[in-house]
Amino acid sequence: MSKITYREALNQAMAEEMSRDKNVFLMGEEVAEYNGAYKVSQGLLDKFGPKRVIDTPITELGFAGLGVGAAMTGLRPVIEFMTWNFAMLALDQIVNAAAKMKYMSGGQYSVPMVFRGAGGSAARVGAQHSQSLENWMANVPGLKVVMPSNPADAKGLLKASIRDNDTVVFIENEINYGDVGEVPDEEYIIPLGKADVKRAGSDVTIVAHSRMTGFALTAAKELAKEGIEAEIIDPRTIRPLDENTIITSVAKTNCAVVVEEGWRFAGIGAEISARIMERAFDDLDSPVIRVTGKDVPMPYAANLEALALPSVRDIVEAARTACGRA
Amino acid sequence: MQVAGNDTLGHHSQVIIQYFFAGGDMSAKQKQDAGITHEGIFFAQEQLHEMHDQMLFIRRFEEKAGQMYGLKKIGGFCHLCNGQEAVCVGMQHAAEATDYMMTSYRDHGHILARGSDPTAVMAELLGRAGGVVKGKGGSMHMFDADKNFAGGNGIVGEQVPIGLGFGFSSWYKEDGRVTICIMGDGGINQGAVYESFNMAALWKLPIVFMVENNQYAMGTSLDRASAETQLFKRGISFKIPGMKIDGMDVLEFEKKMSEAIEHARSGKGPILVEAMTYRYRGHSMSDPATYRTREEVDEWRTGRDPIARLQAQMIEAGLATEDSFKQKDRDIKKEVAAIAKAAEAQPEPDAAELWTDIYTDPIEGAYPYPGKVG
Ligand SMILES: Cc1ncc(C[n+]2csc(CCOP(=O)(O)OP(=O)(O)O)c2C)c(N)n1
Ligand SMILES: [Mg+2]
Repeated sequence: MSKITYREALNQAMAEEMSRDKNVFLMGEEVAEYNGAYKVSQGLLDKFGPKRVIDTPITELGFAGLGVGAAMTGLRPVIEFMTWNFAMLALDQIVNAAAKMKYMSGGQYSVPMVFRGAGGSAARVGAQHSQSLENWMANVPGLKVVMPSNPADAKGLLKASIRDNDTVVFIENEINYGDVGEVPDEEYIIPLGKADVKRAGSDVTIVAHSRMTGFALTAAKELAKEGIEAEIIDPRTIRPLDENTIITSVAKTNCAVVVEEGWRFAGIGAEISARIMERAFDDLDSPVIRVTGKDVPMPYAANLEALALPSVRDIVEAARTACGRA
Repeated sequence: MQVAGNDTLGHHSQVIIQYFFAGGDMSAKQKQDAGITHEGIFFAQEQLHEMHDQMLFIRRFEEKAGQMYGLKKIGGFCHLCNGQEAVCVGMQHAAEATDYMMTSYRDHGHILARGSDPTAVMAELLGRAGGVVKGKGGSMHMFDADKNFAGGNGIVGEQVPIGLGFGFSSWYKEDGRVTICIMGDGGINQGAVYESFNMAALWKLPIVFMVENNQYAMGTSLDRASAETQLFKRGISFKIPGMKIDGMDVLEFEKKMSEAIEHARSGKGPILVEAMTYRYRGHSMSDPATYRTREEVDEWRTGRDPIARLQAQMIEAGLATEDSFKQKDRDIKKEVAAIAKAAEAQPEPDAAELWTDIYTDPIEGAYPYPGKVG
């Protein structure tokens, strides 16, 4: 095991996959000479040269489509969006091209590629640079959506995503980039579609992904002081969702809280709550509670920004209510 | 000059081929006669017949599609390319079979010219199991990976960044292929096109961007949509050279397109070709095309028709007669009728096909799994 950052873990994943497969290339804004806007691609240009680590103009729709076309010819593009906010300009290629190409072509063309970059709320950057849009992506058949919450998962999941034969939307978290965690020294892959129980507990199931996993783990410590043992599940892959791990947990705890940074309406929490209702209704002692971002564009002022986001306290309170200990 | 191999559309006479290749027995005069020289380029009669037959086949195929649509056997949107056949065919004769190609939803003529099985194309229009994409795409989404034909895209301009990616791949793999990326005069106004022009030029990718300027985007004429109506100039600020070609003259189109492809293949970077053409029918089947005058349509239809033009040239060169063309037309009509019948006789796709081709690696045990919801 080595202690490395989330950012370094992603970097190692790309470096290892690029060494393994010459068809893998990295393309995006500032990925090469600048070493990445968030330094995720640090050193890759030196290691792999300008043919495989390519700086683009600021042209998201264009280079997203370039990735789709290249993938259709058998290359394995890793397309970096500086942040997912900017991927909105490329939605046509992600949703209308990448996700549907295999189906529309009757299986003749597949699009094995990764769209990756920072998502979720950032700090003090206002409404356009701070939002969670994974539910948009997770709604689309043909896409897989992956969101790691720690360095070890980031590395193993990114390697799996690059090797995957479908289009993977890989959403990193800007605030987590500097987080340090233990990462295995030997090569490993974390399969897509597998949740991870980050903390075992018998009183309440808390499902949380990306940065909210860390919030939930902190909340679990608070709850433990009160004698409430929370089970924390990180789906890691949002689509397709390892719902069996969630359902199994709910069968044990009989209540659940679903946490997400994004907006409430038609969010990931809505989907997970619905699945718990559909598959584990009889196991529930209380309604599933959602903890979500507030239904507002992200404000700039520090106090307002804090109010807009889910807090550890919100999770603690929701957990208490869910298991009847409020 | 390379002739795209094409079994399904090739109707050239064995006799003529044998005569032509009998070479040694022919006098220099006879050799010269067995073809047409257009602006310094010699087209052997074998190739001329093939081009003619392919254009006529596409024309009759589209007419059949129009009929089938009228009978409600084809659903949804259906965009015919009558009038634009010389562009489809000339391009295929200029390109190598290994070159990549992608276009918009007006794709029947292109995929037929590319050499895909016409029965599979008709079956696709009819939503049948044996369609080129198993009945999952329909008129707008025709693909044939074996023929390097990458769609069939319904979002105006979407295929242009995708074509950029195919061109990038050839640059990356150094495989010597050229990508021919086709768009309409309406499509060229999409921002994605200029993003693609910029990157293609920046990295000198082997791409021919080809705009089929049929003068209208649905009901919007070119001059109502474009500040610069000389579309071949649209690449200037990206240093992409432009060529304007008469898309109603298959020989001219083949010649100039060959030059454009050669430009891209030789490592000089992308080139923009503007093909001047015209669609005889409405934008789609529901369009009565009241935004243009009968005179205008007639001017193109009777004055510049690419099939009539080649026929006249071939008759003048003594390579065919009016009667032989009439006979050919009867044969092609029969063939198209037989194709439509065969396609219609096919079953609809199996219900299980609803759930296939969504993922290459669906993940067992995770939700949603194709076909297992609930
Ligand atoms: C992004 C997008 N906007 C609008 C449409 C609707 N639409 C379909 S075809 C078309 C006109 C395109 O004309 P042109 O590019 O000249 O191609 P042509 O039909 O003449 O071949 C429009 C507006 C669409 N399919 N996609
Ligand atoms: Mg047009």
